[in-house]
Amino acid sequence: MEVLANVINGSIVFAVALALGALGGMLSERAGVINLGVEGFMISGAFFGAIGAHYAETLNLGGLSPWIGLMTAFIFTGLFSFLYVMATLKFKADHVISGVVINLLSANATFFLVKLLFDGAADTPRISNMFRRINIPLLSDIPFLGIAFFRSYPTTYLALAIIVIGSYILFKTPIGLRVRGTGENPGSVDTAGINVYKIKFWSVMLSGSLSALGGATIVLTSNGNFSFNTIAGQGYIAIAAVILGRWKPYGVMWGALLFGFAQAIKDQIQIFPSFDAIPTEVFYLLPYVITLIALILTGSKSKAPKALGTHYDSSVK
Amino acid sequence: MNAVAKHMKNRNILVPILATIIALVFGAIIMLIAGYNPVIAYQSLLNKVFGSAYDIGEVIRAIIPLLLSGFAVALANKAGLLNIGVDGQITIGAVASLLVGTLVDFPPIIHGFTALTVGVIAGGLWGVLIAYLKTRFTINEVISSIMLNYVALYLSHMLIRGIVPQEGSQRSALIQDSASISLNSLSELLNGARVHWGLFITPLIIFGFYYFFNKTRYGYETEVVGLNNHAAHYAGIKVNRIITRTMFISGAIGGLIGVFDTLGVYKYMAISTSTSGVGFDGVAIALLGGNTTIGTTLSGVLIGVLKYGSQGMQFGAGVPSEIIGMIISLIIFFVAAPGLVKKLLPNMEHTKKEVQ
Repeated sequence: MEVLANVINGSIVFAVALALGALGGMLSERAGVINLGVEGFMISGAFFGAIGAHYAETLNLGGLSPWIGLMTAFIFTGLFSFLYVMATLKFKADHVISGVVINLLSANATFFLVKLLFDGAADTPRISNMFRRINIPLLSDIPFLGIAFFRSYPTTYLALAIIVIGSYILFKTPIGLRVRGTGENPGSVDTAGINVYKIKFWSVMLSGSLSALGGATIVLTSNGNFSFNTIAGQGYIAIAAVILGRWKPYGVMWGALLFGFAQAIKDQIQIFPSFDAIPTEVFYLLPYVITLIALILTGSKSKAPKALGTHYDSSVK
Repeated sequence: MNAVAKHMKNRNILVPILATIIALVFGAIIMLIAGYNPVIAYQSLLNKVFGSAYDIGEVIRAIIPLLLSGFAVALANKAGLLNIGVDGQITIGAVASLLVGTLVDFPPIIHGFTALTVGVIAGGLWGVLIAYLKTRFTINEVISSIMLNYVALYLSHMLIRGIVPQEGSQRSALIQDSASISLNSLSELLNGARVHWGLFITPLIIFGFYYFFNKTRYGYETEVVGLNNHAAHYAGIKVNRIITRTMFISGAIGGLIGVFDTLGVYKYMAISTSTSGVGFDGVAIALLGGNTTIGTTLSGVLIGVLKYGSQGMQFGAGVPSEIIGMIISLIIFFVAAPGLVKKLLPNMEHTKKEVQ
């Protein structure tokens, strides 16, 4: 039982980064902009999170440092989001290609900056003030459930809050309706007197910053620094979580948990000798195969926003 | 992905050239701000590329996979498909040729040829898998490509560790000498540069691409599907069959890249944490080259030269080689958003009108 509790706890740790990355991707896709740049935004978030926390530490801010790292990631990833929004919105570039560009650019620019800032080093200095697990009083002492759910990093609770609030905003408020409308049928949103470009602009800007929080989480809870393989494809898994989650915040959460579970189980499975016969790679493979099977069973286009990937032009009706 | 194909059709030939120049200027500005000397940097880039016989051989070695990847993506683009799964096809082609190259006993040349053929077919079938998911289950090829890239990566790890491991290291055993497709005498002439059969096969692929689209019915059908698959369907073209065929050829070209790396360059396959990324370079190259034969060839050479030369920049001017990655992404960015180039050069609008 203890192992299972640890697997659940581990799943949540891995899932939080994915969920935040995926929520970012979901938001821009809800507004009709395909977001293949999640990987790039997460890389940017991990980088800015690491250097934000590092410089906060050198200023002796101690326990506040990871929070400053998180904020740095949120704000400065706006640079990349702005580039993405300009390409896709103003210059009507193809969304998928723009996403590939963001991934390439952000990977290269951040590694360049790491070498520049830290005298040719391949990774940023390790930070000593990382987020620490919070044991929720009383609840964390419940057998099984305590280990599984109530001994987590602050970022876990932050992600949960974003999911709950995000879902409420998206489905219960006028702003959410406008964002969804923009992704489904921008023409009618425009006819209602709402500025489609503005909705898309802010959705994509916030999208990049949300994904950045996911990247920063990896650095500020588990890795402690930023190097070239900190993100290594998690952004693409996050995109898979968006699709699995049918573009809904709670769905995205379950998608991220599934991938988190697949990652956590391969760390815990080695405890059991009976699983030795199965190559570890099977567990690495699993999330991707599961995604493909889920897509086969449900069809990929059924729930995607209808105007996804199109360029809205108000002069063409 | 029809939008991509259309967008590439209506494009001014000046845009990629200007995009490259502007990106190089941007790179210089970044280097200046970062405190490096861009003139020395670009000089050492060129020195690295043309400095010695070895470098010339090695730059060709570096260009071959980029060219093939560019054509693999361009071919799929012509049919309205975005194949970002080339990375996976490379991996599958590599591991298939590795297995044949290590496990089978054949005489030289025949062994190399067999391993090459198996690798190419395996890559092609991996591409067909994407086509099947698209035609049968309407799964977007971009998503399935991403998933299959990872599946291919971990599958290759499994096969290497399980069948042809090299104990105590993160790579496979070496292929047998008989499976090598290196050009040994030419390699000696170039001071050990790793040249291989790709030197002759790659030009054949490029010519094949030109011939396919300009002289054959198959190429024409493929383009019709890419421009409007509904119209193609009503014209009696079997759209699904063409998508499958195109993805087979595209994947086969991808597989060829992996074959060249395994049988011609390294002679083993590493257990690496990620796929090579050459497939993504291919997306850039095809976009920059506008899916044309000449354009894709030129941009493949350009990106290859920049990438190989970037190692020289690190040596000669102390500039981190990532600057070249930034410049390459800026080139794609400017090409993908041609409006931006026009904005940066306000006069271009006039010259364009005069030309027309």
